[in-house]
Amino acid sequence: MKEHEWMVPKAVAIPKTSDALELGRYGPIWPKTPACYGFTVIANVIPGRAEVIRNYGNTITEALKADPTILAPLKLHYLRWVLFDNDTRFMYQGIFDTDFDKYTEDAISLFSASGIVTAFENLEGFPLDWRTNATAFIKFVRDHQCNSFLEYGEYPYVSADEIKKALRLKAAFAEMLDQMQ
Amino acid sequence: MIELDDIQHYLLTRPNATIAQYNFMTFKSAEGGRKFIAALLHTIGTAKSVMEASETDMRWVTLAFTFNGLRQLGLDEDSLSTFPEPFRQGMAARAAMLGDTGDNHPDHWEDKMTSPDLHAAVILFARDQNERERCLKEHQQYLDQNPDVSVISTLLLEAIPPFDYIHEHFGYRDRITTPVIEGMGIEATPGSHPASKPGEFFLGYPDETGHTPPLPLPEILTKNGSFLAYRKMQEHVGRFRDYLKANGNTIEEQELVAAKLMGRWRTTGAPLVLSPDKDDKELGWDEKRNNNFDFGKMDPQGYGCPMGAHIRRMNVRDTKVSQIMNRRLIIRRGGTYGPYLPEDVPDDGANRGIAVFGGCADIARQFEFLISVWSNDLEFAELNERDPFTGLQDGTLDFKIPKRPIKRKLKGLPAFTNVKGGAYFFLPSIKGLQYLTTLK
Repeated sequence: MKEHEWMVPKAVAIPKTSDALELGRYGPIWPKTPACYGFTVIANVIPGRAEVIRNYGNTITEALKADPTILAPLKLHYLRWVLFDNDTRFMYQGIFDTDFDKYTEDAISLFSASGIVTAFENLEGFPLDWRTNATAFIKFVRDHQCNSFLEYGEYPYVSADEIKKALRLKAAFAEMLDQMQ
Repeated sequence: MIELDDIQHYLLTRPNATIAQYNFMTFKSAEGGRKFIAALLHTIGTAKSVMEASETDMRWVTLAFTFNGLRQLGLDEDSLSTFPEPFRQGMAARAAMLGDTGDNHPDHWEDKMTSPDLHAAVILFARDQNERERCLKEHQQYLDQNPDVSVISTLLLEAIPPFDYIHEHFGYRDRITTPVIEGMGIEATPGSHPASKPGEFFLGYPDETGHTPPLPLPEILTKNGSFLAYRKMQEHVGRFRDYLKANGNTIEEQELVAAKLMGRWRTTGAPLVLSPDKDDKELGWDEKRNNNFDFGKMDPQGYGCPMGAHIRRMNVRDTKVSQIMNRRLIIRRGGTYGPYLPEDVPDDGANRGIAVFGGCADIARQFEFLISVWSNDLEFAELNERDPFTGLQDGTLDFKIPKRPIKRKLKGLPAFTNVKGGAYFFLPSIKGLQYLTTLK
């Protein structure tokens, strides 16, 4: 990161086409923006299954209580789960510090362990053989991904690790100042 | 149960050879290619036959094919389309993603590796020079009888001195960590990966997920087969030695720099996590201890083994960057090519390095991940570094050595290695090879 780049809020408009993008192992990689990497998957809910998806909110909360590091390899900032249009559609949005292509297989494994993918089984078109068919899983995600056309960062490009490091330093300074009293 | 009497021996046993030769082949006709396979079949050892053979029996041959090779042999397009995309495209087509750019770009590759006429690799092992001559003569006889098959390039691999330990041209001891496969009767050493499910390396078996991925078609061709990712890397020995000298005033300091880049002491392989300040020969050669360490708990800051050291990037052990390290393993086979450069002799510019086949069941998940992400990802552990040996280097990146009170930076890491060739091959079973001879 350029010196103090994080001090200047920044926005980037993203073109619609993926033609000029770098190719990863599984397809085009959308570049890092001031709001880091991310994706937004929107899919139709199988009629009558919205409540099943909603209940996964608790499943995943409990999985994280049991092991708070369970999602660490995904380098996440935030996950947002939304049911909308009268519970007929579902949006999964993740903001993270590494492009999805790099740790795709980790993601599949983690989604599986944490119950995220099991929730996805309630979406129309989700491949039921996803456990053995990584390609089909990746295709579903890519087919249902809606890319941003604008992303903004108040503190551009800063990673979750850097934020945690800064907060640890702040705590350490506070502790040091306390000890100096 | 793993079918040892059908799988080619290459990834399961290591013949007691000091010399190998890779012959890269082209088939001018489908019929010629099929005849060549049929003629060679009796020399291709199964895992079972090679394990049962005497230590001096070195007549075994390994035979693997590129995507173009399978097509040239007459495999139908419907079947070809079921093979995974990386194999269909070939390694050179995926160069940008792999990080093979600049001096590592396929334009600079040797041995006609990017030629569409590259159809097969024949790997010949020999115990010594005489045995090699005999094998080559025999191989030549097969070729003389079959003008539709020819060698487009060859590479001779030979162990280099000193012969008391297996190492590459920089002098690093090799083959300390190698995957173990369930059902083979070999126990993983303490701290190594637990034995892998066969499906991580051989098609048609359950992998670490507990499931068996679908086979490319036809199953008679692909069951018990593996994919091989071939990589030829030139090693700039003079440049490497000069860099050590420029960054260490004494032999001891230079050895420490060499160890920090790798994560193990050079000639013994003793891990820095367990022996951070000085080499420990006994530790290095003790299989019960030389892998018995982690990073997260024993060396979280990298004061022993730097975060960017080769072994810390390529085998992250307990680090949280991945929890599926058991799905990233490859079985490495290969050795050194080119002349040995004695210590204190200036670099003669000769082409020398390593040429390795990485065996796996899934090229993208295993080999390509290791190269594109763990070798070449600048964001790995937020280091803004690439792997000092397998990553793309051009003198613009540093290598950080955590140290109290402040870290040391090795400035401007040069390219100690350059990629000089690569290709993806499919290594069929014996039944698969027999099937290829029956194609019409």
